[in-house]
Amino acid sequence: MFVIKYKTLFISISAFFVAIAIVSLIAFGLPLGIDFKGGSALEVQYSGARPAIQTVNTAVANAGFDHTLVQPIGDQGYRIETATLTDAQRAQLVTVSGGTQTSFTSIGPSVGTELKHKAIASIILVLIAIILFVAYAFRKVSKPVSSWKYGLAVIIALMHDIIIPTGVFALLGHFMGAQVDTLFIVALLTTLGLSVADTIVVFDRIREHLKTKANMPFAQLVGESLSETFVRSINTSLVVLVVVLSLAIFGPATTQLFAIVLAVGMFFGTYSSIFLASPLLVVMEQSQKKKNK
Amino acid sequence: MLKKRITAIVVLLVGIALGWMVFRSQEANPPHFLARYPFRLGLDLSGGSHLIYEADVSQIPASQIDNSMASVRDVIERRVNAFGVSEPVVQVQNGGFGAVNTHQLSIELPGVTDITKAEEQIGQTPFLEFKVQSDKPMAPQNIVIGPDGKASTNIDVSNQFVSTGLNGKYLKQAQLVFAQGTNEPTVSLQFDSEGTKLFAQITKDNIGKVVAIYLDGQVISAPVVRDAITNGTAVISGSFTPEQARELVSSLNSGALPVPIHLISTETVGATLGSQAVHAGEMAAIIGFIIVGLFLLAWYRLPGLVAVIALALYVVITLALYKLIPVTLSAAGIAGFIISIGMAVDANILIFERAREERIRGRAIGEALSAGFQRAWTSIRDANISSIIIALILYFFGSSLIKGFALTFGLGVLISLLSAITITRLFLQALPTPKGNKSFIFSSGFTTKK
Repeated sequence: MFVIKYKTLFISISAFFVAIAIVSLIAFGLPLGIDFKGGSALEVQYSGARPAIQTVNTAVANAGFDHTLVQPIGDQGYRIETATLTDAQRAQLVTVSGGTQTSFTSIGPSVGTELKHKAIASIILVLIAIILFVAYAFRKVSKPVSSWKYGLAVIIALMHDIIIPTGVFALLGHFMGAQVDTLFIVALLTTLGLSVADTIVVFDRIREHLKTKANMPFAQLVGESLSETFVRSINTSLVVLVVVLSLAIFGPATTQLFAIVLAVGMFFGTYSSIFLASPLLVVMEQSQKKKNK
Repeated sequence: MLKKRITAIVVLLVGIALGWMVFRSQEANPPHFLARYPFRLGLDLSGGSHLIYEADVSQIPASQIDNSMASVRDVIERRVNAFGVSEPVVQVQNGGFGAVNTHQLSIELPGVTDITKAEEQIGQTPFLEFKVQSDKPMAPQNIVIGPDGKASTNIDVSNQFVSTGLNGKYLKQAQLVFAQGTNEPTVSLQFDSEGTKLFAQITKDNIGKVVAIYLDGQVISAPVVRDAITNGTAVISGSFTPEQARELVSSLNSGALPVPIHLISTETVGATLGSQAVHAGEMAAIIGFIIVGLFLLAWYRLPGLVAVIALALYVVITLALYKLIPVTLSAAGIAGFIISIGMAVDANILIFERAREERIRGRAIGEALSAGFQRAWTSIRDANISSIIIALILYFFGSSLIKGFALTFGLGVLISLLSAITITRLFLQALPTPKGNKSFIFSSGFTTKK
């Protein structure tokens, strides 16, 4: 199987993307939305053509609103983010913007902090739950690679799946003003779920072959398992990618960014289940062999 | 074989009937008899307001918190109902994380887009509390002498009075009474039986001392207790105008809060934005379904067609469940549903790919298919368990937005397991299979060789 033959190349490609993601994270940071830092967001629509974004920006700044961010939404509206507003200030902001309000959200800073903690906790919890589950599912497999190493390979693949979309988001944030909201966390966790499912399907095949073809060299066995599950992995991911893209293109504006993050996550998630997790298993087996010699 | 075919036809007919019901129950004009099962749309899709208040429970004992929060909910619910919102949802929820535990009240007002009015109405809910003089000496105060030689009068007396536990929760009724002789308007409070006992105890213990009546955190009356009061009546004489007294009475009568609350987050969505989102969601689901269907047909041919039918049944069953449970659909929930359409096919793809391998090894088509179902099961099971774990964690950890997604996503994984395995197997078994192991309509991919 070419994946195993060129495993160093494929692992390097992963490492390369992870490095780029980390660099853009460090360079641009992750812009937090009001979900996490607190604040107000007003969405307005204009009956005719909307005014230029600079016009709105200046009008809002002149009226004395702090920490504002104006972003286009849909074809005829803007989303204006500010520090937390009182109801009177909200009414003033609507007047200043010159449009009509379609939605208004205001989140206190304590709510934001709470959500941030919950988001981090749920990501950690998901990771722990997955390692435990994989270690349990593969508990009877111990030769030539012990069962917890399957868990380790899965975790490395999952870190890769989280870091890359997050890095992409840092880029989106820097160049397009995207912000991390609750849905971003949901997209990450869903990516984890789908990617782990993919990886498990490949590992399941390895588990099956280990029972029947105990004498086959491990690298070859993993290669065979990969080529047998290859079409399935690609097809499933393609199908999910199709619906996610359809959600991104035709779906509601609120879930558009969510769908884009999910699409990026799906892509790299599929990559990691084929080109990263299983090659890693082979690498671990080979280094173990060297040690034993 | 005949039995399988009859069952398959029955399943198909039930599916069509279910689809018809889902479709017809959306008819509003004129209302269909099934219209009492509409999709329940979340505020972000139907338009409306969502307010979250945080209660300050620092002054009441921990054992009283749940009780007091329930009373806060009842009081606010009565207020909200009074301004004629259809189906408001007022819920107590726990916020905070780890050691920090906060108590919140979530208020959903469908159809209300003018949040100012709602905020005002809720904000007017009085917070009534009775306090007594503290035994502790007053904390030392820093008195600053200003440059003009005058001492600042900024003296903190708040710790001079301590909570008694008697608060708005125990209020039964308030009444406007004009005092005899002076004709001054006063507000007479009648406690419920528990409050009467509490008040009797408090007055008994504090004869000769001051019992302060606090309204919204301010002392409005601080009479000296002369005798124990056992009839459960207290009088607030706070130099009101008759108008002020009347307002206070009506406000108190619609309920007083046992703890102060303050607004921490609001969300208002206009109805047009919501309906746009619903249409966009429908569009994305339909287009996603069509492309997935075409792909299955092109790649897996006859079994692909069966998978498409199973997928359609999955969609119909899921939508019917959304109506019957009912599941409140938000934009995130719809996204969860759309993604589940893609994931629902996964089990079928696993089975068909496995069957293809068995066929390549020389098994007859029928045999290969049953082996496919059997052997693909462990990976289908393990792959789905991980998705279910994620849905569960999201559901229990998340805010209402995430819960909506977790619910439709998790439900989708469970139902699709059923539809992709049981229904597909039933239909495939009902179909006649060619004897050999080569057949165009049972092959997959772009070549006929394999």
